[in-house]
Amino acid sequence: MADVNITLDGKKLTAPAGTLLIEACKNAGIEVPSFCYYPGFSLQGACRMCLVKIEKVPKLQTACTTVIGEGMIVTTDSPEIHQARKSMVELLLGNHPLDCPVCDAGGECELQDMTFAYGAAESKYIDIKNHREEQQWSPVVYFDRPRCILCYRCVRVCGEGMDVWALGIQNRGVASVIAPNKEDHLECEECGMCIDICPVGALTSGAYRYKTRPWEMKHIDTTCTHCGDGCRTTLGVRRADTGIEIVRGDNRDKSGINGDFLCIKGRYAFDFVDNEQRIKQPLIRKDGRLTPSSWEEAFELIGRRFAEICGREGGRAIGVIGSSKTSNEENYLLQKFARVVLGTNNIDHHRTGDFPAFARALAGKLDATASMRDVFKAPAMLVIGNDPTNQHPLLAWQIRNNVRLHRSRLYVINSQPIKLRRQATAFAHIPAGSEAKLVALLAGDDSVLDVLVSENTPREALLSLRDRLRGEQNLVIIFGAELRGEEMARLVKVGSAVSGAKFVCLGDYANSRGAADMGLYPDLLPGYLPVTQGKTFREEWGGLPDAPGLTIPQMVDAAKAGQLKALYVVGANPVARFNIDPFAFAKSFVVMQDMFLTETALIADVVLPGANAYEKSGTFTNTCGDLQLLRKAGEVTGTKPDFEIIVRIAERMGFDVRKLVPFGGGMWADMGQSRGAQSGEADRHSVWLEAHGLETKLSPFDPMAILDEIQRLVPGYHVSRRTLLSGTDQHTRIGGPGILHNPELIVPANDDLFTSGTLGRYSRALNSVLENQRRKPVETEVAAD
Amino acid sequence: MADLVSHPDEVKIVSKRFGQGATDIDRYLELDGYKAVQKALGIGPDALINEVKNSGLRGRGGAGFNTGMKWSFVPKQSPRPKYVLCNGDESEPGTCKDRLIFEHDPHSVIEGVVIAGLSVESHVGYIYIRGEYRYLSNIMQKAIKDAYARGFLGKNIFGSGYDFDVYWHGGAGAYEVGEESALMESLEGKRGIPRIRPPFPAVVGLWGGPTIINNAETLASVPHIILGGAEWYASLGPPRNGGTRLFCLSGHVARPGVYELPMGYNLKKMIYEVAGGIADGRRLKAVVPGGASTPCLTAEEVDVPMDFDSLMKAGSMLGSGGVVVLDDSTCMVKFALRTMQFYQHESCGWCIPCREGTDWLKKTLARFHAGEGVKKDIDNIQYLAENMLGRTFCPLGDAAAMPTIAFIKKFRKEFEDHLEGRPCPFEKEGVVKQLPVFA
Amino acid sequence: MKLSDQFEQRFHAMINHYPTKRSVLVPSLLYAQDELGYLTDELIAEMAQRLDLTDLEIRNVISYYSMLTTQPRGKFNVQVCTNIACMLRGGEEILDHCKRKLGIGHKGTTRDGLFSLEEVECIGACSWAPAAQVNYDFHENLTPERMNEVLQDYRRKVHQQENC
Repeated sequence: MADVNITLDGKKLTAPAGTLLIEACKNAGIEVPSFCYYPGFSLQGACRMCLVKIEKVPKLQTACTTVIGEGMIVTTDSPEIHQARKSMVELLLGNHPLDCPVCDAGGECELQDMTFAYGAAESKYIDIKNHREEQQWSPVVYFDRPRCILCYRCVRVCGEGMDVWALGIQNRGVASVIAPNKEDHLECEECGMCIDICPVGALTSGAYRYKTRPWEMKHIDTTCTHCGDGCRTTLGVRRADTGIEIVRGDNRDKSGINGDFLCIKGRYAFDFVDNEQRIKQPLIRKDGRLTPSSWEEAFELIGRRFAEICGREGGRAIGVIGSSKTSNEENYLLQKFARVVLGTNNIDHHRTGDFPAFARALAGKLDATASMRDVFKAPAMLVIGNDPTNQHPLLAWQIRNNVRLHRSRLYVINSQPIKLRRQATAFAHIPAGSEAKLVALLAGDDSVLDVLVSENTPREALLSLRDRLRGEQNLVIIFGAELRGEEMARLVKVGSAVSGAKFVCLGDYANSRGAADMGLYPDLLPGYLPVTQGKTFREEWGGLPDAPGLTIPQMVDAAKAGQLKALYVVGANPVARFNIDPFAFAKSFVVMQDMFLTETALIADVVLPGANAYEKSGTFTNTCGDLQLLRKAGEVTGTKPDFEIIVRIAERMGFDVRKLVPFGGGMWADMGQSRGAQSGEADRHSVWLEAHGLETKLSPFDPMAILDEIQRLVPGYHVSRRTLLSGTDQHTRIGGPGILHNPELIVPANDDLFTSGTLGRYSRALNSVLENQRRKPVETEVAAD
Repeated sequence: MADLVSHPDEVKIVSKRFGQGATDIDRYLELDGYKAVQKALGIGPDALINEVKNSGLRGRGGAGFNTGMKWSFVPKQSPRPKYVLCNGDESEPGTCKDRLIFEHDPHSVIEGVVIAGLSVESHVGYIYIRGEYRYLSNIMQKAIKDAYARGFLGKNIFGSGYDFDVYWHGGAGAYEVGEESALMESLEGKRGIPRIRPPFPAVVGLWGGPTIINNAETLASVPHIILGGAEWYASLGPPRNGGTRLFCLSGHVARPGVYELPMGYNLKKMIYEVAGGIADGRRLKAVVPGGASTPCLTAEEVDVPMDFDSLMKAGSMLGSGGVVVLDDSTCMVKFALRTMQFYQHESCGWCIPCREGTDWLKKTLARFHAGEGVKKDIDNIQYLAENMLGRTFCPLGDAAAMPTIAFIKKFRKEFEDHLEGRPCPFEKEGVVKQLPVFA
Repeated sequence: MKLSDQFEQRFHAMINHYPTKRSVLVPSLLYAQDELGYLTDELIAEMAQRLDLTDLEIRNVISYYSMLTTQPRGKFNVQVCTNIACMLRGGEEILDHCKRKLGIGHKGTTRDGLFSLEEVECIGACSWAPAAQVNYDFHENLTPERMNEVLQDYRRKVHQQENC
């Protein structure tokens, strides 16, 4: 839109026509206060804090509801305006309880800040304040009416943002009160967005309330460890006897790919971290019982046994199972450990999406994947399968708000009436399991129509959907694990008929995509390179096994047959996930590292207490391929990051860890002149860091050292390190050539909003919500406004 | 049902058919009914708007905006349907005139709605009547039904080829809904929270379509203007204040009632001659000239013509035509309290200054009247009211603040007389006022 | 739920008067309340279902309008106006008189369920003050004596109905 000229506090400026005055002021560096205005949500004009003087208009006007006009002359501060704002604060304080010393929001309260800014110090009010008892609306949401200033942010974020509409306004006048949908309690997605967006302490979280004062915490931005969307969560941490305690998760810093969004898991389900069942000491099975031991003893045992087995039977007698919840660096290191130290391709992980087939389908295409940010901006979106509202909450938020704010067109194809259909321009309800047929239809094969047509979705609807899709541009195509193998190639072909089409392949866990990208496959090296074509890596690592290794089911069979002598499980729970007969590994030496004694511990000979993603640094790649930083927030004494554990095991096996992790620096640095695969690696790293003022102490346990190697060797990971380290997500391209796997190796996690695999089982917050739900009848979906 | 009064000075136009049995459609037709709309059908939109503009008719709901001007803001072309909305949510304390129109002359409102519709080429009108007026809703529903039966409403009205539908709509008790954008929200089945303006209803109104919203009396005046001509109507009142209006005299006057007098009629004359002066031989103390939200005039200030501009000059407003007369037995603190109690009860609660301000003022005034006031309360009341003024989301905040400021400024002495534990000097002996229990 | 034929007729006629369904909400709630005495949970659910709204939205609307209630009240709701015009002419005395006479306070209901009492804001009877409404009937130019008769009339009405 054309620019208009305005004058703000004497400064002549131009801004795009249609800009709200409050935004124009913000862009000009002038802060106009507000409680009710919140970018991206409907305008209220209720708090009257943003009153400004517009020349030729007699009354003060609200900057949040005024659209700038040509020649507008605005004064944003004057004695009159100051007095107006001060009086609003005084009026609010009339009934506000002033229990700031114990209020959760004390110290990060917008009302406190405004009171301070406008000097509303004198208490003119001497009558009795209105009072109402505090209410608990759900396991995680508490509401304190006296503190509420009725800015309606919570109502809007729940309705407009989340499409849940669980909050409303009851009564009128001074009796007005925010009300939950079930009179005295909430039935909702428990996302806690209402709490996060509350400018005061009216809405507080059951997980955090009365735990600490905000200024006692340090705030660490890191990446959520639950689903595959990769939200940034800010963890409030403080020192504790047992290390560093995570006290709060929220969305303080709105600069992540998730913007304003966080779901219940990102916000509250960090509490598995200090679950009392957490293992804090290595355990070694002695006389059939897992017995506490020292790290020393455990490493010695593992190193010796692994070395023995390798020496006697070769690496093929050892299987390695990696994780979708460990970092890229750990995954890369683990497969390198398997291939280089153990000398085996027997490495696999729990697969939830067919990324190798995706890589194969996109091989040779540039810019063919969409980032999480792209989803919010695309003019059109197609979602096939999955239920993003429950399984990919951030993705659903991006889709919904893209439709709401940018009028993007959404096409939904699903065998269930998923909630996103409410935002859809067109929704095709197809029979379960017919997603592949649907792709065929989109590709032009009308013979499949009969299978797809149903009462809900007539023939014409499907054909018109296809026509509409063909007419779109820059379409983002998102699909779940319903599509696998060859079908993906067909879908990509459909997409290539649409100019600028991009794809998102959905995987379920926080680093499912990263695990795939890093080559946790028996037949694929990092970057979806078949082991048979591993020339680069062979040269880099100085040799690696040629033949594809065993998948998890094959490992089980091998163990049963007595061929698999050892199993090394890092951050996974294959026994529960694949329903493995525990006796299959009776004769194998099983090492497992995890936070909890999961079902897999039943078969373990050594259990090592691992750290989780909140307790380590590194990177995660979300399901879209966005690379993001993990920063260490918490620490539980007695545990170690998986990275360190792997390195120590290699070291105990007598392996030169410098060949595993190219660390170095300082006066011992290899200055890049010597021979060897990693020559100069660490130095390039340190030179780079120094150049950017980011020098860290390098040790063999520093994941950043291996990130250098990843960035250099894994296609698509060659992104700006500086931008990454500054906390900004970097979109990676999916590498090729990829491969076709047996589609049955994909086992979707089927987690919903309140479950999160093993982590979820150990989260008090999630369990309390689940328990609360079990007590109530199933609620049907609510209509939108 | 309500008693009718009359006075020789009255110029009966809107009240012409009161007491004539005009709820009956045949009787209404005998009394020149539905002639105006037939004439209007032959005039054309622009000419209609000009006629109403030139008549000097100004909104009878309180704001006093030129009606023809308001209609002219409706865009000619609109992708969405246009609507006419009659505001019969009469709730301003002191006002009881629309009630008589609905009771005695419902067809004149229907006629006004249709003419307004013709002027902006709309095809649907709604007549919103407050919920308490159930018997009037019944009368209006019957009138609409009768008009449909005669072909005056619906398809091809009066054989003109023009379609126009009129529907009744009912409220359920909310003063705030009298505000035009809140009225639309209420009609759309929502809480009566005003809308952000601009856009104004003339451009974006009901369901997003351009909407004319007028008070019932305003619309009931329109047919008379069409029949009698703009010039005639304008000549009845002073410049820019055309016609007559229904004044609702109430309070301490000898002959309270609703009188139709020309605009600009002298207030003093209205009190002492038309309404028979102050009852029981008492003396005039103050007048609230246009409903509870208008600043009061003292006895010395009542020699003023009752039109929009003159009252503005006198520091008050003509408002809704509710003239509440107070004699010297009235405690102004109590009157201020009762006024504020009303606004506190009716505030929609949307914006801070109105929601918190009315509650705070009510509590302070209640304590004050009960003899628990402290000196700084008086300044605080004024400070609060002045800080509400002009800063609320809709005019309700102003409506609460303006009279309060006037009470303090004009009757400060009475406030001071309540100080230091002194009982209200106006309370009858033996009446012990309790401090309001915390609500 | 089963509502009277008259309600259904009104509801189905009204719903065609507007481009959106929810527009019928406020008048329909009042008509339903007239029949049921108050707005029951069942009715709220019914309206929500008919108008594609949530219960919460319906409750939010109900709680905004002073005539709508989700609490049962007496057969005759005595609403005494004490706003300025009525106050000047004795509205408060009428209210106090009713309180004494009925033995209940503001928003109270007599034990026999016959009367409820409510102090209300301006009902548009200023020129005939003081005034009260019993359900929808206006009673104007009241004195305590007149009020006694009014209450007595309603009592008599009930007795007559019971005797028939």
